[in-house]
Amino acid sequence: MATEVAAPKPMVMADLKGKVDPDWCPGCGDFGVLAAVQKALVELQIAKHDVVTISGIGCSSNFPGFIDTYGMHTLHGRALAVATGMKLANHAMTVLVTGGDGDGFGIGGNHFVHTMRRNVDLCYIVMDNQIYGLTTGQTSPTSRLGMKTKSMPFGSIEAPANPIAIALAAGATFVARGFSADQKHLTELIKRGIEHKGFSFIDVFSPCVTYNHDNTFQWFRPRVRKLEDNPEYDPTDWMAAMEKSTMWGDEIPIGRFFERTDLPSLHGAEPVLNAGPLVHQNNRIPADVAQSFITELM
Amino acid sequence: MGRSFSIGIGGAAGQGVATPGDIFAKIFSRRGLHLNAYNAYQSIIRGGHTFLMIRTGPEKISNMGDRLDLLIPLNQDTMDRHLGLLTAGGACLYNSDSIQPGTPAGGVQLCPIPVAKLADISKNKVAQNTLAIGAGLSMMGIGFPALEQVLTEQFRKKEQKVIDENVNLARAGYDYATQNFKPFEWPLPMTEARYAVLSGNTALAMGGAAAGVKFYSAYPMSPSTGVLHWMAEHARKAGIMVRQVEDEIGVINMAIGAAHAGLRAMCATSGGGFALMSEGLGLSAQAEIPIVVIDCQRAGPSTGVPTKTEQGDLWQMLGAAFGDYPRVIAAPLDIGDCFTLIPEIFNIVDRFQCPGIVLCDLLLSEGRLSVDPKELDFNAHIDRGELITSNGAAEHTPYLRYKITESGVSPRAIPGVPDHTHTVSSDEHDEDGVLISDEFTNTVKRRAMMEKRMRKMDGIAASVPPPKLHGPAEADVTLIGWGSTYGVVSEACELLREAGISANHLPIRWLVPLHGDAILDLLKNAKHTIIVENNYSGQFARYLRSETSFVAGGHIRKYDGEPFMPHHIVEAVREQLAGKTKLSVPAHEVMV
Repeated sequence: MATEVAAPKPMVMADLKGKVDPDWCPGCGDFGVLAAVQKALVELQIAKHDVVTISGIGCSSNFPGFIDTYGMHTLHGRALAVATGMKLANHAMTVLVTGGDGDGFGIGGNHFVHTMRRNVDLCYIVMDNQIYGLTTGQTSPTSRLGMKTKSMPFGSIEAPANPIAIALAAGATFVARGFSADQKHLTELIKRGIEHKGFSFIDVFSPCVTYNHDNTFQWFRPRVRKLEDNPEYDPTDWMAAMEKSTMWGDEIPIGRFFERTDLPSLHGAEPVLNAGPLVHQNNRIPADVAQSFITELM
Repeated sequence: MGRSFSIGIGGAAGQGVATPGDIFAKIFSRRGLHLNAYNAYQSIIRGGHTFLMIRTGPEKISNMGDRLDLLIPLNQDTMDRHLGLLTAGGACLYNSDSIQPGTPAGGVQLCPIPVAKLADISKNKVAQNTLAIGAGLSMMGIGFPALEQVLTEQFRKKEQKVIDENVNLARAGYDYATQNFKPFEWPLPMTEARYAVLSGNTALAMGGAAAGVKFYSAYPMSPSTGVLHWMAEHARKAGIMVRQVEDEIGVINMAIGAAHAGLRAMCATSGGGFALMSEGLGLSAQAEIPIVVIDCQRAGPSTGVPTKTEQGDLWQMLGAAFGDYPRVIAAPLDIGDCFTLIPEIFNIVDRFQCPGIVLCDLLLSEGRLSVDPKELDFNAHIDRGELITSNGAAEHTPYLRYKITESGVSPRAIPGVPDHTHTVSSDEHDEDGVLISDEFTNTVKRRAMMEKRMRKMDGIAASVPPPKLHGPAEADVTLIGWGSTYGVVSEACELLREAGISANHLPIRWLVPLHGDAILDLLKNAKHTIIVENNYSGQFARYLRSETSFVAGGHIRKYDGEPFMPHHIVEAVREQLAGKTKLSVPAHEVMV
């Protein structure tokens, strides 16, 4: 059904504007991510009715409401599971998953790992602000050691998760990190992620201007270094990516850490989909097949 | 119910109890006989005690029955536990090399088989099983060729030598019994009918395929795993996407994603997995994405007794997920109904865009029943409801996914259709899908959306038939049951009538919506009502009371992990009619 109406004119940014304006705090990092996603879709010219944006719950998970594609605003932590069902049911759709660090690495951690190992063909963009924002400022899985929040007022005594290393270890076939303040770079990463045939993970530093006073735009700006600026860096080298993933402090790498294109995506490996997207297949069992199912029982 | 014949086969897990059961089942069904089988087992892969009861006869066999005609103990433990179940006319076939007989009741024939003399036991570890099958069939008056054919099929993937060995062994047992043992008084008859034999899990899975299910997700959990196994094995032939997922939370959310894309999506689990799914059930209701979840109940709470049956999840289903939302809950009455119900409930959830729950249990899921193949209808009616799969006319008013309508149903566009982009949401939302939960909170809109969703219950109620009274309109006692007790209560009613107590039966299949007024009307002239259910607290009795204020005269409950047998109900009715008690809890005599 994607091709029933030919698009008469190219899609522009305004076409992707949601029904309402974002309700994020002024200055929130998520604005930059929304703009980069819209820009990526415009540059790729993917018809908006062929895109589903799926999120969980949290500030950044309100994302689908702010972009005019098909959208699903699901349960806290469950976006990747919903998105897997969507992609397998209709693999002609471009599936974007958007959410935050609490949603994806905390409550959704189990689905995060398994969706990567399955190489589901979707682009997962995490707006990582290292804090729970919508619940008014509690420690998240990526909050730094020692960070003081309402839930850990004397400072976190738990080591933060390393999403890049987890993604690499779980078998993600595209692993990248962006910074919401670097629009151009982020847009390129998102375009590559969408075009990647398999699971693409983009962890985006998207500072929370209200509750995280440690990891601010000002804190990140002098620290981020683009991997693309290093001509010797080879994103097909998994070990090198793993090593880069552990860098944190005065120098924090952003960019494409890793990509491999030799593995089939989940829908590509599933023979049931050889006849095309399931949603377009006949839902009646052919009479001879039905009869064979009954004969087995006799 | 007409005459029937029952076989009990017992042994340790891993001793091969299932195979003789399958062979008998195949021979009986091909003879045009009905059958019902129930396997009592434990959560162990090797060892323990497994006891399979197969009951057969020319008329429909609704349950495992009360007694045994033939006992085949594969070990001493089985002999010791179950010999007492045989009554006059019965027989026990056993390996006299390794099993000591107990003292049987009068008129029971002990049939020792000298296994080492008839077979090379160094080569064939299950020789005793094959010999006993042959011997048993001889005593039932069934000709050998039927067994020869089934064994040939059973070993068709092996070389001819293996087939010959097994056929010869079976023949040795058959001939030995012909020469040495007294045949049963009732040779098993033959009819022109031919039946399919299937478990409730297979029926649920096939019912899904017939309903047009294209997406099935699951996490293994007894006793629901058989649905996954059928689906996985037949996925490619049937064109169904089958996924084993990391947990039941992922299971239901994946199903919701696939359902939103436009597929019929189904998943099955047991009580524990269902508990993990409950938030997802709320998402299905709030986002108005139809799915069907099957709960194959086992004895709870917590991990409970994974291999035993119970009807203990009703209130979990009634209360699953927070908030008020439209839902449909149905309990299949027997294994054939496990098939039939799935297309029916899918039509309802598709039309009304809400979650549907099938409340099955281990008794049906893992039991076996003979079903007329015509009942397995793969051309079942499919009604997808108001589903928009193409953009049709060029002109579109702005599409409102949650348009407020009189029926509460809003036409549902699937992703991919041009000019219908929208966001579905677990947050409360306006007609166009925009959240009204955050900065736009609005009491008028919230109320309108709640009422829109809940109005769907009226349409659902009108689509679900009210229950019917089975048996005479007036009776000494009216037995009320739900779901899987249908078969055993039906037979208990017959036995009561034969004993001079007139009885009728009100089986409940649709639990939500419950036709309370119709039920009250049916029960208004009942002399004595008794609710029969497989749980401790009378979950259905409490539900019926909460919906209708109806208080039953008595209760028969069982929560020991095993299903009811007909005599349990008959005896309980007698003691309640005699005024001895209002609550009977029958003891299970078959020790497994």
